[in-house]
Amino acid sequence: MSDNILIEDIGNEYKYGFVDEVKPVWKAEKGLNRRVVEAISYHKDEPAWMLEFRLKALEIYQSKPVPTWGADLSGLNMDEIYFYAKPTEKRDARSWDEVPEEIRRTYEKLGIPEAERKVLAGVGAQYDSEMVYHQVKEELQRLGVIFVSIEEGLKHHEDLFREYFATVIPPEDNKYAALNSAVWSGGSFVYVPKGVKVELPLQAYFRVNTAELGQFERTIIVVDEGAEVHYIEGCTAPTYTTDSFHSGVIEIVVNQGAKSRYTTIQNWSHNMYNLVTQRALVKKDAYHMWLDGNLGSKVTMKYPSSYLVEEGARSDILSIAFANTGQHQDAGGKLIFAASHTGGSIVSKSISKGSGRSSYRGLIKVYEGAKHVKVNVECDALLINEESRTDTYPYMEIEDDTATVGHEATVSRLNDEQIFYLQSRGLPEDEAAALIVRGFIEPVAKELPLEYAVELNRLIELEMEGSVG
Amino acid sequence: MVNQLEIRNLHARIVDGETILNGVNLVLPKGQVHAIMGPNGAGKSTLGKIIAGDPSYEITKGDILMDGESILEMEADERARKGLFLAFQYPVEVPGVSNANFLRLALQAKKGGEVNLTEFYSKLQKALETLEWDESILTRYLNDGFSGGEKKRNEIMHMMVLEPTYAIMDETDSGLDIDALKVVAKGVNAMRGPNFGALLITHYQRLLNYIVPDMVHVMIDGRIVTSGGPELAMKLEEQGYEWVKELAVSN
Repeated sequence: MSDNILIEDIGNEYKYGFVDEVKPVWKAEKGLNRRVVEAISYHKDEPAWMLEFRLKALEIYQSKPVPTWGADLSGLNMDEIYFYAKPTEKRDARSWDEVPEEIRRTYEKLGIPEAERKVLAGVGAQYDSEMVYHQVKEELQRLGVIFVSIEEGLKHHEDLFREYFATVIPPEDNKYAALNSAVWSGGSFVYVPKGVKVELPLQAYFRVNTAELGQFERTIIVVDEGAEVHYIEGCTAPTYTTDSFHSGVIEIVVNQGAKSRYTTIQNWSHNMYNLVTQRALVKKDAYHMWLDGNLGSKVTMKYPSSYLVEEGARSDILSIAFANTGQHQDAGGKLIFAASHTGGSIVSKSISKGSGRSSYRGLIKVYEGAKHVKVNVECDALLINEESRTDTYPYMEIEDDTATVGHEATVSRLNDEQIFYLQSRGLPEDEAAALIVRGFIEPVAKELPLEYAVELNRLIELEMEGSVG
Repeated sequence: MVNQLEIRNLHARIVDGETILNGVNLVLPKGQVHAIMGPNGAGKSTLGKIIAGDPSYEITKGDILMDGESILEMEADERARKGLFLAFQYPVEVPGVSNANFLRLALQAKKGGEVNLTEFYSKLQKALETLEWDESILTRYLNDGFSGGEKKRNEIMHMMVLEPTYAIMDETDSGLDIDALKVVAKGVNAMRGPNFGALLITHYQRLLNYIVPDMVHVMIDGRIVTSGGPELAMKLEEQGYEWVKELAVSN
């Protein structure tokens, strides 16, 4: 979707690392405390119940230890993080002309307005802590589709908001879900009414510009009976020497017979800690797909989950992780089967390059009494260099013996014979290696809309430069 | 400019390992087709891979010249872009990469720029027609799950689309039934002309009934021990390699 930037920056390792000369109009003090949470709530002019919810969540966050079972989080210093930075006074501009020029230019560089015109049904753009732009095609608005910032969702659709907010992922779920619940800011509120099929994807784009900022997007997507939607999120940030932090919470409810898809192309700069909780509740005969692409960040811990809670529900989780030197991608997925005749799959493809490390961490749980569940897990790891690392942590808790469970895992190394074969047809070594990697992720990448598949391939080519020899 | 592929006193071994080539001398003029025959382990396939630039071998002495220019310092891809092609004895499977997409990338690399889609497809169509093949092979992943015969035929298709100046075919005939062999030969014969030279590496005379070579070279123990016209292949077929082995020893 953004050929121009991609081509002119080929050769630079990370091409979205530029810094904008934008100073937030307001920024919280560094670190996290009650005052900061109150200030966020004040700046959002929230109802009292929400402030109460936030403060309760802060207590939960403070009571939970930093998890040590996954990636190394010891470098993440909460005292050095800003928990809120307001980029502009105007939220949810309806036209790009109303977005401050400096910020608008960034999204233009990222190709967002162009993609909006060509291939998307709606766009939301978050800059630091707030959604600066949100728009959805008029015909969809007329059909009752809601696609606004989470703040506007609370303000203008409070009943609907309260019906779903924190019901799929309560603050108690994990330490970072609690943190997000305390300081959430930005994200989308999406409601697709019964029977409405949104043909083109909705996209949310997340940009962190302020150094040492934490971004805590909160998204709720409700797909009502028989409706369909595809939501895509993309993310980038400048490359700073200090670390930044992104911790989102995404709650999705897929009602009877509905179909939804949530695609992430995560390309944060390599100084980002990315700890995200994403969960979908999938009801009778409904379907949900997670397509999770993690290429950027320093540390990612992210395991999109689907809870199949009524008969006939299905869900697939497709995951791609690329860990370059200095990165740890701890990714995977969870499928929880709590009803009969449900099914799903997890397909994970990870690539580790240089001293990069990727881990597959997954859970399959079939509750007793959930009859005739069918599930399949396939995780494949590709190692590019000698020092590259991969680990697999597949957890299975199968309580019902009528379940059919398949599991396959492979680890392979970039193959010299393949490289020579492709080289002997004229492709330079780096391109040959990149092509092999593209082939490796193809089973997942082919599920992406064309523009995103092209972008993913280009990102992989950039990451693969200078990879061999 | 000398229009030929020349192998000059080539000595080579597996990197840090066994010596395979012991002074190969061979000249393939552009416009001709030569066959290299010889028993198993003579170094025929190694010679093919070394010409193509396989980094698992190292050259200890001698030179390889393409149209008068040494290609020893070039990587395999640079040699290919200069017009060299190796049809592999065991084509490598590359899952997830479609045959046609790959071929287009390879052609672009060779031409040094975008390849017109219409032009590309007409090349493909022509190759498929000659090889009596249907389009379904184009969308399949490169060699992935191909039968032995499909792999060999696909190598010839790549060659026809990339139009090399010098092609080395490493036992392209092995594992093919007679009908497949005829089709492959048709492909190679379609390429013949003043701007194409080929080295056919083969065990058997059979292929040479369909692709009649200008010259036949016999390789034993990493050297060419004798050369001649097509009749030499017939003699090998009738009498086996024993007499040439004796020749090699007496040399």
